[in-house]
Amino acid sequence: MNKRTLIGIVLVLLLACALPFAVSEYRNFQFTLVLIYSIALLGLNILTGFNGQISLGHGAFYAIGAYCAAILMEQAGLPYWATIPLAGALCLGAGFLFGLPALRLEGLYLALATFALGVSLPQLLKYHRLEEWTGGVQGIVITKPDAPEFLSGLNLALNQDQWLYFFTLAVAVLMFLLARNLLRGRIGRAMMAIRDNPIAAEAMGINISLVKSLTFGISAMFTGIAGALSAIAVQFVAPDSFNIFLSITFLIGIVIGGLASIPGALYGALFIQFVPNIADEISKAAPWAIFGLFLLGFTYLMPTGIAGAIRLGWVRLTRKAHHKPSRVTTILP
Amino acid sequence: MLRVRNVGVHFGGIVALDDVSFEVPAGCIVGLIGPNGAGKTTLFNCLSRLYECDSGEILFDGRSLLRIPRHRIAGLGIGRTFQNLALFRTMSVLDNVMVGRHSHTSTGFFVNALRLPAVAREEQATHEKAWALLRLLELEAVAQVRVADLPFGTQKRVELARALASEPKLLLLDEPASGLNHEEVAILGTLIREIRDRLKLTVLLVEHHMSLVMGISDRVVALNFGKKIAEGTPAEVQQHPELIQAYLGAAT
Ligand SMILES: Nc1ncnc2c1ncn2[C@@H]1O[C@H](COP(=O)(O)OP(=O)(O)OP(=O)(O)O)[C@@H](O)[C@H]1O
Ligand SMILES: [Mg+2]
Repeated sequence: MNKRTLIGIVLVLLLACALPFAVSEYRNFQFTLVLIYSIALLGLNILTGFNGQISLGHGAFYAIGAYCAAILMEQAGLPYWATIPLAGALCLGAGFLFGLPALRLEGLYLALATFALGVSLPQLLKYHRLEEWTGGVQGIVITKPDAPEFLSGLNLALNQDQWLYFFTLAVAVLMFLLARNLLRGRIGRAMMAIRDNPIAAEAMGINISLVKSLTFGISAMFTGIAGALSAIAVQFVAPDSFNIFLSITFLIGIVIGGLASIPGALYGALFIQFVPNIADEISKAAPWAIFGLFLLGFTYLMPTGIAGAIRLGWVRLTRKAHHKPSRVTTILP
Repeated sequence: MLRVRNVGVHFGGIVALDDVSFEVPAGCIVGLIGPNGAGKTTLFNCLSRLYECDSGEILFDGRSLLRIPRHRIAGLGIGRTFQNLALFRTMSVLDNVMVGRHSHTSTGFFVNALRLPAVAREEQATHEKAWALLRLLELEAVAQVRVADLPFGTQKRVELARALASEPKLLLLDEPASGLNHEEVAILGTLIREIRDRLKLTVLLVEHHMSLVMGISDRVVALNFGKKIAEGTPAEVQQHPELIQAYLGAAT
């Protein structure tokens, strides 16, 4: 990582820390959701962007994470923070197990299989035999956690929403750090190698089945953790909040944000959180038509996603500043 | 080092390899020649376990390859390049070569996500080894360039560097000279010999450039329609009537 990127990240983090004190309570809640979505999108991007496995059903893992948190808090009486790693572990297992049979499927067929998962899970959650835990169609209402005591001792009185924002921010920073570590090393290269050329990847000694199914697990874990955070933030889970539209929205998020880009997950989260609202403000009658226009506009103007556009803009800017030659010359054998 | 014994492969009605046997002695460069469709690539694919043999046996260092999973082949010491380039196209040259070190490294998901000290150490070593190969193949200037943006000849060298990164004992080269001009072919010949001597490799070379194969091979095996038709030193094979027939037949 170069110095400029580091400075950029520190600035964004400082801004993120100041945010809850500068905006309304409602906006604060929206930004909490942005952070949550960014974790979910990061998970999907690890799978689809970096490893080349399409998922049209990641909403299912988001739902599993959310229900896991809700049930553990409301029925087992666990503190909210303890549900996060447990939801992650559950989704890691669920994702790995789903990833195993999915190994046989590729491209559109994998898309169909994951779609089947995404479309069937909400119905399963309504199933009457499970009602005792899931609350059936009604769902589960969750109590909002308070900021920890010691903060007021430090003269840092945060209200519940502000605290939840910072808690989410901390989890998000941790998840982004883990993802970056994973993707920049041996395993990340193996994931991308499989995406680019599975035959050659295998010839280089990569155990494709293992890497792909573990990647599926890791991806589900990220998305499940996001789901758990969302349950705590929204204070409510119900089957219909996790319909197939959610899964599609995640896919839109990673494509618009930038496939195979870590910051792309954050850009995509901003998009899926705010653009529907903006569309709604522009036209109450046809918000989805407006949303569609935005979608077309973004894909047309930024074919490599927001992350790609930013990278390109940055390269042009710095090039102009340094008057560097733009083409790399290569030597022949 | 490598023993191919009575190997047969067919695809439906097509017999791609028919009772082929030959040996590759350690330290040698063995040329594998034959007209288009003779079965050369099919044989390579049997060695890297992409294809199943219908009959016969392949022994590497005395050990049968036919029950070994594909991803273990590199670790055993067999590296290869592909006839139609199989690079990781969106990745940089350096990353491609670093992937080549996969079978010599071992850190998993968990330690990587936490970036434990073992990972940093391993990455450092991988990085150094990869750079040494980039220097050897004069690829340093393009180390950070996306492979897909490079000219064909350079991509071929990247593939060679990637294959060498796994420190193979046996290197399989499938038409490394295709698409290169006359001068480049000559340089490639010198390079293959130099690599063999310096890294103490054994090389199995598939090539249509006769001057190259005959110039650098210690032994040559000729295939036609899946059958071995000649074997021996380059001088012997060149005189072989069946080979002359095969090439003339293919030409007319
Ligand atoms: N996967 C496959 N499915 C069906 N037929 C195949 C397959 N692979 C190879 N063949 C057939 O096997 C025969 C041998 O092909 P192979 O690619 O091994 O030839 P080659 O000697 O490498 O030729 P070239 O010099 O053109 O590369 C050909 O008739 C080819 O059509
Ligand atoms: Mg061939």
